[in-house]
Amino acid sequence: MKILVCISKTPETTAKIAFKDGNTAYDENGVNFIMNPYDEWYALVRAVELKETNSGTVTVINVGGTANDVVIRKALAIGADDAIRVDAEPNSSMFVAKQIAEHAKDYDLVLTGKETIDYNGSEVGAMIAEYLDVPFVSYATTLEMNGNTATITREVEGGNEVSEIATPLVISAAKGLAEQRIPNMRGIMMAKRKPLNIVPAVEADNLTTVATFTLPPAKTEVKMIDPENMEELVRLLQEEAKVL
Amino acid sequence: MVLVYAEAHEGHFKKATLEAVAYGAKTAEVLGTSCEAVTIGNTDGAAALGQYGAKTVHQISSDNLNHFDSQTYAKALSGAAKSLGAKVVILAHNSTGKSLAGRLAVSLNAGCVTAANAVPTNDGSFKVKKNVFAGKAIADYEINSDIKVLTLSGNSIKPEVTGTDAPVNELAVDVPASRVKVVSVNKQSGDLAPLPEAELVVSAGRGMKGPENWGIIEELAAAIGATTACSRPVADIGWRPHHEHVGQTGVAIKPNLYIAAGISGAIQHLAGVNSSKCIVVINKDPEAPFFKAADYGVCADLFEVVPRLTEAIKKAKA
Repeated sequence: MKILVCISKTPETTAKIAFKDGNTAYDENGVNFIMNPYDEWYALVRAVELKETNSGTVTVINVGGTANDVVIRKALAIGADDAIRVDAEPNSSMFVAKQIAEHAKDYDLVLTGKETIDYNGSEVGAMIAEYLDVPFVSYATTLEMNGNTATITREVEGGNEVSEIATPLVISAAKGLAEQRIPNMRGIMMAKRKPLNIVPAVEADNLTTVATFTLPPAKTEVKMIDPENMEELVRLLQEEAKVL
Repeated sequence: MVLVYAEAHEGHFKKATLEAVAYGAKTAEVLGTSCEAVTIGNTDGAAALGQYGAKTVHQISSDNLNHFDSQTYAKALSGAAKSLGAKVVILAHNSTGKSLAGRLAVSLNAGCVTAANAVPTNDGSFKVKKNVFAGKAIADYEINSDIKVLTLSGNSIKPEVTGTDAPVNELAVDVPASRVKVVSVNKQSGDLAPLPEAELVVSAGRGMKGPENWGIIEELAAAIGATTACSRPVADIGWRPHHEHVGQTGVAIKPNLYIAAGISGAIQHLAGVNSSKCIVVINKDPEAPFFKAADYGVCADLFEVVPRLTEAIKKAKA
């Protein structure tokens, strides 16, 4: 079984959020970047687990510049066999999906995280599936393979749904699909020798651009309420905040 | 024309669908066009979508659409959008909408913005806002394709009855057979709103000291009709079910009211709740970082304060 895992590079959760160029671009100055947690903890680790139990290969793919190689090497250290980096700026979700779809045709499973923690789009998985014209299951919390049939639990509002689908297909990974793995020294050493193929981008349009970024209005100072006077809190929730 | 996918659950329309229709009507107003809705399968009261702003309701029926499959549903909806000449397609930003939006964007060659939270503007270019960086910033996206696909973040607009019933007609669209076999559908018990849709949420964390103490949280939630939630640590150690976990890796929510008891407010937790309209934090540690993100704070022992708050609410409602 051949598995392709799409990985994205994102600012770490605690990174400072600031903008430059007249609030049209994210200011990366001094920001630490990580592998998008949903891609790493859930999609990649589950792919590696499936390889370990069922045999096969795991390839990771990323769209971005040379700076992303650190994140790609980490994915190789966690257990992917080889990597593809499409050498282009990932300017919109459709651009990224189109690049990945170009390389995804020969894989049984394509895994993504449920969303990236920067632009929170949840778009790329569905887009790849549509380019490939294969099924797509979002927010998977379990994934088992039996031959070429995948059994998947996906989260839906107020519950979950279990389905069976023959490969090929695209799945987006949510919490529960796997447990985070820390790469060990042997994995890190081996990762240095694993193939990382850098390929040029194919032609694709950016149909969306961010015109401006703004920061949300500053939170007003917290109003502390006397613990003995919960009637006052109820009154404020009813009359001031108007939420009760 | 603006086309809204009006998703039905067991034949009925939920709040997220009505919000999407109301948002579609407002978007149509901005563009100087009309809003129409499309439903899949048999739905009661489809005509009533007219009251929320849909001028016409199109119904697609096919045996190949008996269960949700993003592939077949996207084919049905993109077929509808093409045959009706839709310029904007709108879906709710729920599990269905998230599964479909990207597919529709590709098949319609449309620019896509998910989790939009304000009505688009159209001053020479089409722009729409959404929260990015887990609510720490707002991005105004410009879409420069002829057709646009949007999903609407929940609780961003209040659906109001503004019109009358709309005519309902059948729409024939070719749909292939589904490759997805649904084995089981498991619903949580109880009739409270699931977390992503809940307007009122009461949440608790490690300050509860043990799962046996959750009664006071459930009583507070019951007093206001809120859904219960929890922080990551208590879900991880099994005090509470995983589906209650709100935060960056769990469910992201934006209720009108979020009451958090015994949660310190780690940045990962805030990332999932900081879009809430009003946040109340109850914590005995005055240094708890959550107070900085709160609208109202109570610095005291939650075991004393929470029952007192429940009583005060019951008294105010009586």
